[in-house]
Amino acid sequence: MKITQGTFSFLPDLTDEQIGAQIEYCLEEGWAVSIEHTDDAHPRNTYWEMVGQPMFDLRDAAGVMSEVASARATFPEEYIKVNAFDATRGFETVRLSFIVNRPSVEPGFGLIRQDAAGRSIRYTIHSYATDRPPGERYS
Amino acid sequence: MTSTKEAEETEEPAADLDAAMAGSGVEELLATLDRDLVGLAPVKTRIREIAALLLVEKLRARVGLSAGPPSLHMSFTGNPGTGKTTVALRMAKMLHVLGYVRKGHLVAVTRDDLVGQFIGHTAPKTKEVLKRAMGGVLFIDEAYFLHRHENERDYGQEAIEILLQVMENQRDDLVVILAGYRDRMEAFFGSNPGMSSRIAHHVDFPDYAPDELYAIAQLMLEQMQYRLSDDAGPALAEYIERRRAQPNFANARSIRNALDRTRLRHANRLFGRRTDALTRDDLMVLEASDIRASRVFADADPVPDPDADARAGGQP
Repeated sequence: MKITQGTFSFLPDLTDEQIGAQIEYCLEEGWAVSIEHTDDAHPRNTYWEMVGQPMFDLRDAAGVMSEVASARATFPEEYIKVNAFDATRGFETVRLSFIVNRPSVEPGFGLIRQDAAGRSIRYTIHSYATDRPPGERYS
Repeated sequence: MTSTKEAEETEEPAADLDAAMAGSGVEELLATLDRDLVGLAPVKTRIREIAALLLVEKLRARVGLSAGPPSLHMSFTGNPGTGKTTVALRMAKMLHVLGYVRKGHLVAVTRDDLVGQFIGHTAPKTKEVLKRAMGGVLFIDEAYFLHRHENERDYGQEAIEILLQVMENQRDDLVVILAGYRDRMEAFFGSNPGMSSRIAHHVDFPDYAPDELYAIAQLMLEQMQYRLSDDAGPALAEYIERRRAQPNFANARSIRNALDRTRLRHANRLFGRRTDALTRDDLMVLEASDIRASRVFADADPVPDPDADARAGGQP
């Protein structure tokens, strides 16, 4: 199941050239670019782990692209995304965020039904990725 | 923007150097270099040569002759205050105009910015700096401090290795300029043959002659909107002569510091007579006494008496 989330979720995966162009745009806007990774891309999982430090004071996308390449080499079977943070007063938030790497097999999610009081049912989404402990997932 | 425009202009006459030169905007850059920088004749010639090479290389590429991307890493050697950083800034601009670096900014660093304090600290630090310099020029001042031959476990070696790797593999992404004293740079290259072989251009910055230093001082004063009184001119010339003979003389930098101190004394002098109304001229003109109060004149004559100074000083 192909997971889509973030700014370009409706598009096919971006090529490296397109990723570079997007990063170039972010840097022109003065946003700080950072890279994060996770194996559990649950839509409500906002706590992805950082890859290196957020990159401030960059002028050219080549620096971020080399960092993306090293993140892919380190976590080939995980989701990796690029975030651009706008520190302008009033925004102070992530302005752009998109996935740049995904595992070869994406386990997806299961729907869990829970019987509650009075025959009502509660639904929740469960990542199959979290069935096994970290390090053994996707193997 | 400029590079695409230039590409169109030079498309039809593939080997028209004149048109390429005019279209690229390099000529103006070289002209401002000539105008703004006093002296440095060998450096200017070298830069002109490099500009010519890069331009010809672009024309060659256009007609399908390929020699591979030229190696642009450079080393600037010379004494302090001879304009290495200033020229590096101009070089970054020139490479940008010619389309060899994408952004054309200069990141100036020293050993402290590259080398860490403990194991595992150096690589991220160096990479951080390299990332910041991508698309521009990385200027490493006093690069020989990276290598400490007396300590083979010094982390500087790690920084050098990362630098070498990037200098080799990401030649389109950044240009590295190493700078420092000539003899120590030569020793550095001697112990790091890998570094030496990756640097195509060695540019040597000569010391300034006294009259060049005087011209530099004039240029600086003009920029700061000061001017010298009639007898302050000879005083400054004499100051330069004496300062050059003293230790720790740093060429243009010493001149800048001397002018700053002269401004200080000038302000103090005006303050001493604050009951008078000051004219615009008073605020602009530096007097001989402002210059002659300097420590440089002290050993010859403790009293700043212009006549005594003229007799005693000047001739070594």
